Amino acid sequence: MQAGIEGKLKHAPPIIAPGYTFGTVTDQIATVVLTRKTPLFWMAGFGVGFSLLLLFLWSVTVLLDKGVGVWGNRTPTMWGFDITNFVWWIGIGHAGTLISAILLLLNQRWRNSINRFAEAMTLFAVACAGMFPLLHLGRPWLFYWLFPYPNTMNVQPNFRSPLVWDVFAVSTYATVSLLFWYVGLMPDLATLRDRTRNPLARVIYGVMAMGWRGSARHWSVYETATLLLAGLATPLVLSVHTVVSFDFTIAIVPGWHSTFFPPYFVAGAIYSGFAMVLALAIPLRKAYGLQGLITDKHLDNCAKVMLATGLIVAYAYILETFTAWYSGNVYEQAAFWHRMTGPYASSYWLLVGCNIAAPQALWFKRVRGNAALLFCFSLVVLVGMWLERYVIIVSSLAQDYLPSAWGNFHATRWDWGTYLGTIGMFLFLFFVFIRLLPMISIFEVRTLLPQAKVGEEAQG
Amino acid sequence: MRSIYGVMAEFDNPTALVNAARAAREKGYRKLDAYSPFPIEELSDALHLHKNRLPLIVLAGGIVGGLAGYLMQYYVTVWDFPINIGGRPLHSWPAYIVITFEMTILLAAISAVLGLLALCGLPMLYHPAFNVPRFALASRNRFFLAIEAADPLFDARATPEFLETLGAKEVSEVAE
Repeated sequence: MQAGIEGKLKHAPPIIAPGYTFGTVTDQIATVVLTRKTPLFWMAGFGVGFSLLLLFLWSVTVLLDKGVGVWGNRTPTMWGFDITNFVWWIGIGHAGTLISAILLLLNQRWRNSINRFAEAMTLFAVACAGMFPLLHLGRPWLFYWLFPYPNTMNVQPNFRSPLVWDVFAVSTYATVSLLFWYVGLMPDLATLRDRTRNPLARVIYGVMAMGWRGSARHWSVYETATLLLAGLATPLVLSVHTVVSFDFTIAIVPGWHSTFFPPYFVAGAIYSGFAMVLALAIPLRKAYGLQGLITDKHLDNCAKVMLATGLIVAYAYILETFTAWYSGNVYEQAAFWHRMTGPYASSYWLLVGCNIAAPQALWFKRVRGNAALLFCFSLVVLVGMWLERYVIIVSSLAQDYLPSAWGNFHATRWDWGTYLGTIGMFLFLFFVFIRLLPMISIFEVRTLLPQAKVGEEAQG
Repeated sequence: MRSIYGVMAEFDNPTALVNAARAAREKGYRKLDAYSPFPIEELSDALHLHKNRLPLIVLAGGIVGGLAGYLMQYYVTVWDFPINIGGRPLHSWPAYIVITFEMTILLAAISAVLGLLALCGLPMLYHPAFNVPRFALASRNRFFLAIEAADPLFDARATPEFLETLGAKEVSEVAE
């Protein structure tokens, strides 16, 4: 793209293992999809996901039958697991967009072998996230009331409410992520169309590829489109978690009403998202023998991003506490004192351990180079980031102003059922994806090969 | 003579394709297209493919989206469903910014994708290029250069011979 940057990259260490050709890269990634044999790993992962998906359907059925009261949401903690899970899932999605859009704009070519499944992760995480506000509506079948449309009730959404902003932000995010992902898939769908021997699969992949034939005229528009979509997705992804944080900051609840929530939430989102990328990439590359394409270098880079965003999150925790003390506002101070010593103290200190203390190990190259260890750390961070949202939401609502209005949140089995259920839904969708579509972007990995460089005599 | 779409030459590396595309263009051929399994910047240079109208389409989509988002909120909060909250202004523009922004991005992104499809003429499930049996490798590891029969310089005998001289692995006719 830019000759200067390309020139510098020539001396950088290779991003994928040596010895690959266009053909072997294509075959290795396409075979995962086109093979008739389904590996045991897939069966196991899909089985777990599908079982938990059934738990989700069961929990939702109970919820719709009895009402939102089956969850632990009670005055004053009207937001409990539902909004915690919503923020957690949507945050996880952010890493996919960061990898696909921001790293593309920054010309970080190592992203080429992890962007596809990270984008899929974004889509599925947003789908899981969307479940919670929808179900929390109580009457989810009336969700279209959230959008402005001419109606006989003569009422309209309140555009001054951050909850309505959230509807627009999240639905735009889901749509743009899907479009970006699909555009990225088109050339690979054409590869699958040309490689499959199954006539039905050929028709399906063919229709989905829309007749893509790799024409230079198409590639040139395609590259423009990808860059533009990346440029649009970059401010979008930053805006989405900013708007999510507005759900809290615009309220006057102590512990929520704070101007630095937007950057703090965005950093936290990317933090948990990269943890999820690692938690998915490490078992996948092992099970499918993709260590040559998703190399230790990728894991190392992801771990570094995790460490950096983790440090931003740590800084936010410290600043949040300092601001509460420095504000001189007794309610703010009390909110933080309750967080550290009150009924949610165990969750608070566990999250500090998971999000601040544990990831410091990532400073060491030996830890970043050990895939199994990195996998464990990413799970620790995912737990920590879930606890962070739980503590922010629940502890602030449980003890706000008047002690007579205080009350604690107790999760019910249906809270857990719905939460674990969406993990199942995520795994289910993800395993279906890796069986039916290439989990690594084949055409983008081809561009990483040294053979893809056009020789000197052609530079003209 | 039966009508053909053109002739197609197969190459096994991107450098050969870029050289061939440049040579064909220098020779005066204009109705030509190259096919590769991944985007090649130099190929776009060789075929002079740098200008496209996609950025303009996206800009238009973004402007329409932003205006629609803002005006929708203005219409609803000022005209259709005004709520007087302590005498605060109905036209509360700072609160409209988020949705205006989201609608800008949404419509710009949708127009980027629809614009991409429109400028590429996709979906188009049939194309003569697919009639070449080895063309399936264009999505794997082979590079192709096609010169259309519609090109004024096209000659059923000379054009394939010319392509042979460019180091093609194989030159084949493309059925209509």
